[in-house]
Amino acid sequence: MEVIIVLVILAILIAGGFLAAFFWATKDGQFDDTFSPSVRILMDNDREENKKH
Amino acid sequence: MNSITSAVDSKMVCYHCGNDCKDEDIYEDEKHFCCSGCFTVYDILKDNNLCGYYDINSNAGVSLKSKNFKGKFDYLAEKSIEAELLSYQDEHIAKVILNVPSIHCSSCVWLLENFPKILKGVISARLNFVKKELALDFDPNIVSLKDIVELMATLGYEPQINLESTGKLKIIDHETRRLLFKIGVTGFCAGNIMMMSFPEYFNLDLSNQLDATYQRFFLYFNFILALPVFFYGASDYLKGAYYSILENLKGNSKILSVDIPIALGISALFLRSTFETFFSQKAGYWDSMAGLVLFLLVGKWVQQVTFNYLSFDRSYKSYFPLAVKVKNESTQYKNVNGLAKGDIFFIHHQELIPTDAVLLNGNALIDYSFVTGESKPVKKLKGETVFAGGRQVAEQIELLVQKPVSTSYLTQLWNNESFLKEKKIPTTELANAFSKYFTYLTILIALLVGIYWKFNDPSLIWPSVTAVLMVACPCALTLSLPFTMNTTMSIFGKNKFFVKNQGVIQQLSEIDTIVFDKTGTLTEANKGEVRWVGNLNKYDESLIYSVVSQSVHPLSKLVTNYLSLSSPLEVNYIFELKGQGIEAIVDGVSVKVGRLDFVNGQTNNAQDSEVHISIADNYKGFFTIEPRFRSSWKTLLTNFKKTFDLSLLSGDNNKMENFLKPVFGRNMRFNQTPQNKLDYIKELQSAGKKVMMIGDGLNDAGALRESKIGIALTEDVQAFSPSCDAILDANKFENLGDYVAFSKTALNIVKLSFLLSVVYNIVGVGWAASGNLSPVLAAIFMPLSTLSVVFFAVGLTWLTARLRKLV
Repeated sequence: MEVIIVLVILAILIAGGFLAAFFWATKDGQFDDTFSPSVRILMDNDREENKKH
Repeated sequence: MNSITSAVDSKMVCYHCGNDCKDEDIYEDEKHFCCSGCFTVYDILKDNNLCGYYDINSNAGVSLKSKNFKGKFDYLAEKSIEAELLSYQDEHIAKVILNVPSIHCSSCVWLLENFPKILKGVISARLNFVKKELALDFDPNIVSLKDIVELMATLGYEPQINLESTGKLKIIDHETRRLLFKIGVTGFCAGNIMMMSFPEYFNLDLSNQLDATYQRFFLYFNFILALPVFFYGASDYLKGAYYSILENLKGNSKILSVDIPIALGISALFLRSTFETFFSQKAGYWDSMAGLVLFLLVGKWVQQVTFNYLSFDRSYKSYFPLAVKVKNESTQYKNVNGLAKGDIFFIHHQELIPTDAVLLNGNALIDYSFVTGESKPVKKLKGETVFAGGRQVAEQIELLVQKPVSTSYLTQLWNNESFLKEKKIPTTELANAFSKYFTYLTILIALLVGIYWKFNDPSLIWPSVTAVLMVACPCALTLSLPFTMNTTMSIFGKNKFFVKNQGVIQQLSEIDTIVFDKTGTLTEANKGEVRWVGNLNKYDESLIYSVVSQSVHPLSKLVTNYLSLSSPLEVNYIFELKGQGIEAIVDGVSVKVGRLDFVNGQTNNAQDSEVHISIADNYKGFFTIEPRFRSSWKTLLTNFKKTFDLSLLSGDNNKMENFLKPVFGRNMRFNQTPQNKLDYIKELQSAGKKVMMIGDGLNDAGALRESKIGIALTEDVQAFSPSCDAILDANKFENLGDYVAFSKTALNIVKLSFLLSVVYNIVGVGWAASGNLSPVLAAIFMPLSTLSVVFFAVGLTWLTARLRKLV
């Protein structure tokens, strides 16, 4: 049953990875602007518009 | 091609901006456009295959009516000026961050981020919607900043460039980030500690060799996880308490900060749990401690939430142009800050004069409404001094600098001491007031409990005393304030009343005196009641209408609306002399509209809010435009009068004195300079009054700053407003009374939730004093009490807001 100890440590390490990711995201400024990314994701980059002539 | 017709059918809506195509209608591609500006944007977008702009939001554009950018950005061509705006520059790339106030929807994001497709040379464009900032990278060899800014203006996204935009770099809010880090770490640890604590709660069998091993492991692991919570997450509270005690010992301060009982509680939890872990080999109160710190940090985060996109701290710098055209051999444009005595510079129509100067050449007609609130432009002769802050309403003039910008008559106001010191914001005042009694009471109870057990069961002294300190920690108390205020702030925000921070709400509830500005605050800016003095027949009316409907001057617009005829006559010839009037031949008859001296050569005193008319060289009379008071000003002020002292400060003359007397009585002052206004507020406040000032212009800036609460009234919350504590949308002026009342309610709700948390504390302390507070009980009781107090406060705030129809 010592495996539980291994599992706990492993779990902490994985969660720690996410904590590191959170740190990185904060430092990267991802929480500075929470609106524009939600719009940006909906934009088609290279759409051909039907010309109405 | 496009056909321009006077629209009879007014139901046509502009495809670009959604405005009525009332005055003008351009029809192209089966779409209507209200003006050539809107059509130009559409044309540019169509050519660049960017009509998706209209698919995201229909009629997304910004109306471009009566906008003229020609020559406005010429100063950006000057390399030294351009360099000041750029945040980075080398041979191949230049970076700039521009503030674009007109960004309002997702289409804007889409269009501006597709900027590289429209303009060759722009490498990338990235928008921060919340701050309304566009970060652009471009190749300075292909395109210049001037081209970019001009195109943006043409598209309806004119960047705000003023004296304050120089050298602007991206400011990172380190304070908020540090708090986010702390919340992240504490949250991580708190979650894991709770998991590790579970086995203990479910009664491990310690006689079982296997269970005992795990129990030790979980214990020590919890301890390790708790270290960052205590030393990192809670560090602000520990430090705050330390400094507060130090200040008290030195005798500098009599206030016991609320950090003290919090630090006491957290330390008690930490020490007791460490003791339990290492000496009794029992689970401590780690989960309670981690949860507590997490709640406190979240509360702190909620406390500093503000309206990021609004600017509450503006000085004269955001009003002044960045550069002016100078008469000089080496450079054409010069940064306004660099102007020195003896420089000669030019001011164009509608530009702001940045510094005190002497008029050398040209027809100066200066509108000082910006500085004084006085709405009539003043005529200046050659050799006379013009002061900073005036707006030239006639054509180009040539000026000689008298003083550098920072020492001009206007900007002196900002050298006043009230601008130098930071305004005190009492975010924690209320909590600190409670904390004084709270700290002493907690220590007293802990002592009494200790003494009691010393005589009855000495083994219980240590557990019961620490338990009392732990439970008495005023977590719920400190959280109810930020959460209630945050809710109130967002309710106010929904009602277009934007407060700078939570402390403002608290101060709003304490005021007893309200001071109003007149022009633009009680009266509506740029709107007036038109009255005709003289004789006119129907034919004359249509003659005048035909002339004024061609002009974009605000007075012409008012007269146009006043006459509102449907069919203009044919205009043979029209010429508008800026700041003077319009000369025209309509239907073969000569018509002159404008200032009296323009119309028939005479001069009179009060001529600037009057539009004089002569038809076929026959003087007919004049339209007079009187300021229009906001529709509900009287009801609002009569209501205010019941509870507050009211005063009026006006930069204008006392023409309205008798009209306003019933409301303000003798507390009225006219012909006030910005400095006078500031001094008046100072006088009131030194007499112990708590003053709220409501104003709109730069002329109120000093008074707004000096008063306990300065509210800037504005037609457009995104637009310029002077330095203030709150911004109120002018349309919501009538509701101001409700907001003041609600701020009092909010504070009462906070007090009520304080009471609730005290009740919890009494129950908890009773429990703790008996020495029976087990870790499981603490882990359930402490978060539960905190959460219920927060829910109570937030829920009650929403409920009362709903009952008062604020949401």
